[in-house]
Amino acid sequence: MSAKLKDRIATFVIIAFSALIIALLVGMLGYILVKGISHIDWHFLTAEPETIKAGGGIGPELFNSVYLLILTLIITIPLGIGAGIYMAEYAKEGRITVSIRLVVEVLSSFPSIVVGLFGLLVLVNTFNFGFSVLSGALVLTIFNMPLMVRVTEQAFRNVPREQKEAGLAMGLSRWKIITSILLPVALPAIITGTILAAGRIFGEAAALLFTAGLTTPKLDFTDWNPTSLHSPINPLRPAETLSVHIWKVNSEGLSPDAAEIAAGSSAVLVLMVLIFNLLARWAGRLLYRKFTSIK
Amino acid sequence: MKANHETPPFMKANQETPLLFRKHRAEEWIGRIYTTFCVALLIVIIVSIVYFVASKGVSTFAVNGVSLSGFLFGQNWQPDSDKFGALPFIFGSFVTSLLAAVIASPLSVCAALFMTEITPNWGKKVLQPVVELLAGIPSVVYGFIGLSVLVPFLRSVFPGQGIGVAAGSIVLSIMILPTITSIATDALASLPRNLKEASYGLGATRWQTISGVVIPTVLPSILTGVVLGMARAFGEALAVQMVIGNAPHIPSSLFESASTLTSVITLNMSNTVMGSVQNNALWSMALILLLMTFVFVLVVRLLERRTKI
Amino acid sequence: MKFGKSAVLALTLAFSVSLAACGNNNNSSSGSSSSNNASGSANTASSAPASAESTLSGSIIASGSTALQPLVDQAAKKFSETNSDVSIQVQGGGSGTGLTQVSEGQVQIGNSDVFAEEKIDDAAKAAELKDHQVAVVAMAAVVNKEVGVTNLTKQQLVDIFTGKVTNWKDVGGKDQGIVIINRPSSSGTRATFEKYALGQKTEDLKGSIQEDSSGTVKKLVNETPGAIGYLAFSYIDDTVQSVQYDGVDPTADNVTSGKYPVWAYEHMYTKGDPDAATQAFLDYMVSDEVQNGDVVELGYIPVSKMTVTRDKDGNVTNK
Repeated sequence: MSAKLKDRIATFVIIAFSALIIALLVGMLGYILVKGISHIDWHFLTAEPETIKAGGGIGPELFNSVYLLILTLIITIPLGIGAGIYMAEYAKEGRITVSIRLVVEVLSSFPSIVVGLFGLLVLVNTFNFGFSVLSGALVLTIFNMPLMVRVTEQAFRNVPREQKEAGLAMGLSRWKIITSILLPVALPAIITGTILAAGRIFGEAAALLFTAGLTTPKLDFTDWNPTSLHSPINPLRPAETLSVHIWKVNSEGLSPDAAEIAAGSSAVLVLMVLIFNLLARWAGRLLYRKFTSIK
Repeated sequence: MKANHETPPFMKANQETPLLFRKHRAEEWIGRIYTTFCVALLIVIIVSIVYFVASKGVSTFAVNGVSLSGFLFGQNWQPDSDKFGALPFIFGSFVTSLLAAVIASPLSVCAALFMTEITPNWGKKVLQPVVELLAGIPSVVYGFIGLSVLVPFLRSVFPGQGIGVAAGSIVLSIMILPTITSIATDALASLPRNLKEASYGLGATRWQTISGVVIPTVLPSILTGVVLGMARAFGEALAVQMVIGNAPHIPSSLFESASTLTSVITLNMSNTVMGSVQNNALWSMALILLLMTFVFVLVVRLLERRTKI
Repeated sequence: MKFGKSAVLALTLAFSVSLAACGNNNNSSSGSSSSNNASGSANTASSAPASAESTLSGSIIASGSTALQPLVDQAAKKFSETNSDVSIQVQGGGSGTGLTQVSEGQVQIGNSDVFAEEKIDDAAKAAELKDHQVAVVAMAAVVNKEVGVTNLTKQQLVDIFTGKVTNWKDVGGKDQGIVIINRPSSSGTRATFEKYALGQKTEDLKGSIQEDSSGTVKKLVNETPGAIGYLAFSYIDDTVQSVQYDGVDPTADNVTSGKYPVWAYEHMYTKGDPDAATQAFLDYMVSDEVQNGDVVELGYIPVSKMTVTRDKDGNVTNK
């Protein structure tokens, strides 16, 4: 048993395990897509779900997922970038900064179900937002903010020092340097990170069970008055998202085609996550090229 | 631009502050206040989560008079007859997340080695996107596949109903694979080249280099990844609940139905009324999950400190 | 020093703005949808004298039981068509959540699969809630089709669910181990099954499987050899074998006549007497239109057809 033979065996094992991981992903994606994709058509993507009849769609759920995502990003992006800038540019290394970093770390590793329960207790019941898009978006913000903070801090730290020094030499204020010099350079990394985080929001279900609810009122897509119950953009209506819908159809579905709907919805969900991933790569590359060429 | 503000004290003394400079100061304040506000918000969020969950979780013992040791070490979970032994759930959570880590770690380390040591080029192009995609698949989808593919498979191969600890651990291990892989890959990639080159220079084979030099050096980082992966497994709810079977007992085999803290919370939370003992006991379990998060973060911190030395 | 002052000013401004924003949120929340106790009842109160009996208005939120939710949802949609000024939101969340929220006054109607007294520890709080029974849900034991059993007596069921009998051959079936697919201890379905089919509470057996959702129970009973579980009638189809109870077929007719005992009411609770709009909706729920239409269509049993009634302690009386 020479060292060479051992080396070969080890290499083989490493390659085999790596191949296994690839096979796992391909198998899973394949399974979902094969089972689900035949069910996906325009009707499925736009129609309302049916309770007991076959042929229901996922239109409102798809809209809810997207709307919830947008609302979450509107809340998270400014707050997350703000906190990230603080960590990268203002925070002095010391006990306070260390503990803030700890807070970010703990916050990002909280189990989603615990955060969901917190949302149920505080947002849904105490603040009386009810099961609503708003409660859902605020809970997702709790998940998303630490991610945004990390992404932003990292992106700012990766900006070459000279650029900052050039700004200082020009006599610009620190805030001016941050917003007009550092932010544009850091932006590609921030955008890539945001899109990846968005994919995760899209798939979240455990926390939303307790906050955004399991139902959707009948939506009237001609009514854009945000205070009307049937308006799609009313932030205080309950909203069942696509991932919650999969969970519900799987567990409580009464319609005869519940299994196909679950498979179809899973396929849509996975395709959306795929799109988010590709988008993140593409956007990151594009923006990077743009900004570096300007520079 | 002409304003001369390299010497702020002088400008301050001067009552005639140039307009531009004043604007700068105002901007500076807005920026500082805004970013501080954002950070303060983070702290408010974490404090209120801990406060609310703790106040609910503690009331099981403080208000309803359930004994703490009976809760932590009791094996009988019969809420109807006021027996609140949560040990089976605590046990289930630890066993499933540990097993998941045991299954996922070797796979992840191999994937990381593949990407950094064997074929960096090909690995980066194929395996990395694959791992990132695995991270992006929603947990309900994992549960769905687990229930439709994994459970029938286990049922046909092993004794038992397919549902159980083994199914839960396997689903979890696939879910935490990306976490461990990406951390291990980062650690391997940041390893100084000369370390490996020295080993190769001494005539060591690749495996000798990996097992003798590379792995020992990055071990703390890999362990960090494993702990973070376990933390994720510990807190995962829906996917596990769908495949583990949810019997409130300590299982005697891997293929026997069991429960985790998260699965019992998901199953019972919406069926119980807030303020009742049954409900408060679930909040106590949420509190355990919360405290475990702190423990995991602490362990990661300790490991990171070791990496630095 | 000037700057110091303006900084304080800016800080206060920032905080008051954010506070105001929060305040707005709260206002709009109570204004548009949730907890319309105040504004909802005020609306109806002010409109009632003005336009006599003609139009109802207000907004109602019903939350709770996922088993009842499809029925309430469907009825609410129809009700809103004829009463366009009443907006009804139906939310899930589970029986426990529904009872919590109605008892706290956050919603107007709390949907529940069980009597409030069985869930709420505080008797005074439970007494505040007013029960409106809108439908009956009956359930039957179901077994895997390969088991070879179509009838089980009460005693046999008790033996199975307490673990005394572990093989189907002991109750007249094949030589096959019994796998119990139960519900979690907090489940309303389990409470009903234990109370009326078994007549006793059971402990969770080691190795038994527990699922809260009917879909999963059905899937597992269908796939797992030797499995037994229980399902509401609406979930039973030809993928599983439903079982006679003491020789009585699990059919809607046997339930309404009082022959088949494993059933429970679906409740819609209000805190005290409901306001006019809520009362009108609850009346609509028990009207013939809903009882003979949607209730039957969705697989429940009309409460109006029942020839027997039952109180929360399980005492049955003929109507």
